[in-house]
Amino acid sequence: MNYPGKGLVEGLAVTARNFVGSYFYKDRLTTVQYPEERIQTPENSRTFPFLVFDESPDKPRCTACKICEVECPPKCIYIVMDRDDKGKPLQRPKAFDIDISVCMQCQICVEVCPFESIKMDNDYEKSKYGRFNDLVQRLPDLLKSNDYYRQIKPVKAAEVDAKLKAEAEAKAAKKAAAVAAAAAKAAATPPAGSAT
Amino acid sequence: MIAAPSTIPAGGAITTQLLEISIGPQHPSTHGVFRMDVVLDGEVVRALKPVVGYLHRNHEQLAEKMSWLGSMPYTDRLDYFNSMSNNWAYALAVEKLAGIKVPERAEYIRVIMAELSRLQNHASAIGFLLQDCGAWGTPLLYAFKEREKILDFFETVSGSRMMCNYFRFGGVRVDLNDEMLAMARKIVAEFPKFLDEFEKLMTTNEVVLARCQRVGILPKELAIAGSISGPVARASGVEYDIRKVDKYGVYGQLEFGVPVGAVGDVYDRYYIRVLEMRESVKILQQVLRDIPAGPVQAVEVKLRGFKIPAGDGYGRVEGAKGELGFYLVSEGGPKPYRYHIRPPSFINLTVLEDMCVGHKVADAIIILGSIDIVLGEVDR
Ligand code: SF4
Ligand code: SF4
Repeated sequence: MNYPGKGLVEGLAVTARNFVGSYFYKDRLTTVQYPEERIQTPENSRTFPFLVFDESPDKPRCTACKICEVECPPKCIYIVMDRDDKGKPLQRPKAFDIDISVCMQCQICVEVCPFESIKMDNDYEKSKYGRFNDLVQRLPDLLKSNDYYRQIKPVKAAEVDAKLKAEAEAKAAKKAAAVAAAAAKAAATPPAGSAT
Repeated sequence: MIAAPSTIPAGGAITTQLLEISIGPQHPSTHGVFRMDVVLDGEVVRALKPVVGYLHRNHEQLAEKMSWLGSMPYTDRLDYFNSMSNNWAYALAVEKLAGIKVPERAEYIRVIMAELSRLQNHASAIGFLLQDCGAWGTPLLYAFKEREKILDFFETVSGSRMMCNYFRFGGVRVDLNDEMLAMARKIVAEFPKFLDEFEKLMTTNEVVLARCQRVGILPKELAIAGSISGPVARASGVEYDIRKVDKYGVYGQLEFGVPVGAVGDVYDRYYIRVLEMRESVKILQQVLRDIPAGPVQAVEVKLRGFKIPAGDGYGRVEGAKGELGFYLVSEGGPKPYRYHIRPPSFINLTVLEDMCVGHKVADAIIILGSIDIVLGEVDR
């Protein structure tokens, strides 16, 4: 059947069906009342980076190797290595700043870090009143525990934990083997040792 | 069918005067910070000059100061509706230059991502077009409802809804697990329902026909001469689709058609997108059925200190808006010596004046909408 205005009438029928349907079917109602209701973010979702520490915040995993500082495309990371009184590097950051007004959430720092130390957060409520310094995240703001990481990204954190554990075990085994080898060597050549 | 009057005879009883006005750069119907300098005779456009550059971010120069990988996230920000296909074009250019082979599963995942991007881009493009016609909100929000599902999928896979940064040289960053594949299958299964509904709303709507038919005709010869690509060219009857021509990725093994228009008016550009979405759904069904198991990243590619042998290469994909190409020159170092983008929106914009002259100023708005530009890509 064809009559003038058929397209208009059919279009209006579609609109009406959607409008009325939104009272009855949940999938037609797609919005969420934000501050009261929240959508669970998926595991992979990412906002800004944070630094992981294992036992206490003064022992971060980060060794201040500055790889992420170099690789970050907009160069929003700033790192200073901590040194002791004699100027010997302590393999940990004294300052670690990320300017999140510049950070573009690209995750490249996470991918290049060899120590599993920097990870992406999924906290999206980072608005601040101040325009300049408030958006620079300093070391204390960035440090978060591994438990927090496990909580926001359970699957990935488990993978990282397993990897770090395997690495630590391999290292321990290697050390033990080296000690044993040294001991065996010492046992095998006692005269040389006693002669000197 | 209602015939739309395309021109008003000039020089009638009333003597008129030409008036030059500026539309934009903050006009809601210019799709971003884009300005049109229009010379009007009454309501009829006599000349039109597109003015671009308000969103220039120095993308190409920045990329020449950055590692090869470093500019991957920046490509997301070109055409921010289609970060996945932008990533692909760049990755393709680098892979060509460095001679990297991509594992099969990664190729399939790339097709899934690119076609889903096309779906959501076309859905919102026609939504915006109809919004420009005066269908305030309704079609656009229906399209956005569908787009939302695809963006949720992108977030689940890549971590971000729009700035995906998902492709890597020689593969993709994250493998799709079974849940993600199920999610994609659900989106693809539901999409035709949305298309049917949308078509019922719009395709035969008398107001849409009156506004869009025989408005802004782009002749086939001009489309070819202006190197117009993508849906705009195909609507004018140019049968040119890089997925068919280059057969990059696994497109050579897939079955799909390339719809072409006959008239090349705004209505054809609307309808060609609907048809392309139907083809994309077909592609997605095949890919999601056949996706093989295996690795998603070529092992030989390092993230850091990645160097490319000296030479130059051009990688291009059929993006949702047209031919998106990256021309790269390497000196063998860790960063590109020259990095040039061929942005489809920018080149498609060059025929705007030819399409608009002789039409009313309100038609110029929908003609612009039918080209489907994104200013992030026009200005770079
Ligand atoms: S976060 Fe990782 S890459 Fe960055 S300085 Fe620390 S250890 Fe190095
Ligand atoms: S997410 Fe990207 S932009 Fe942000 S700090 Fe890391 S590398 Fe830099």
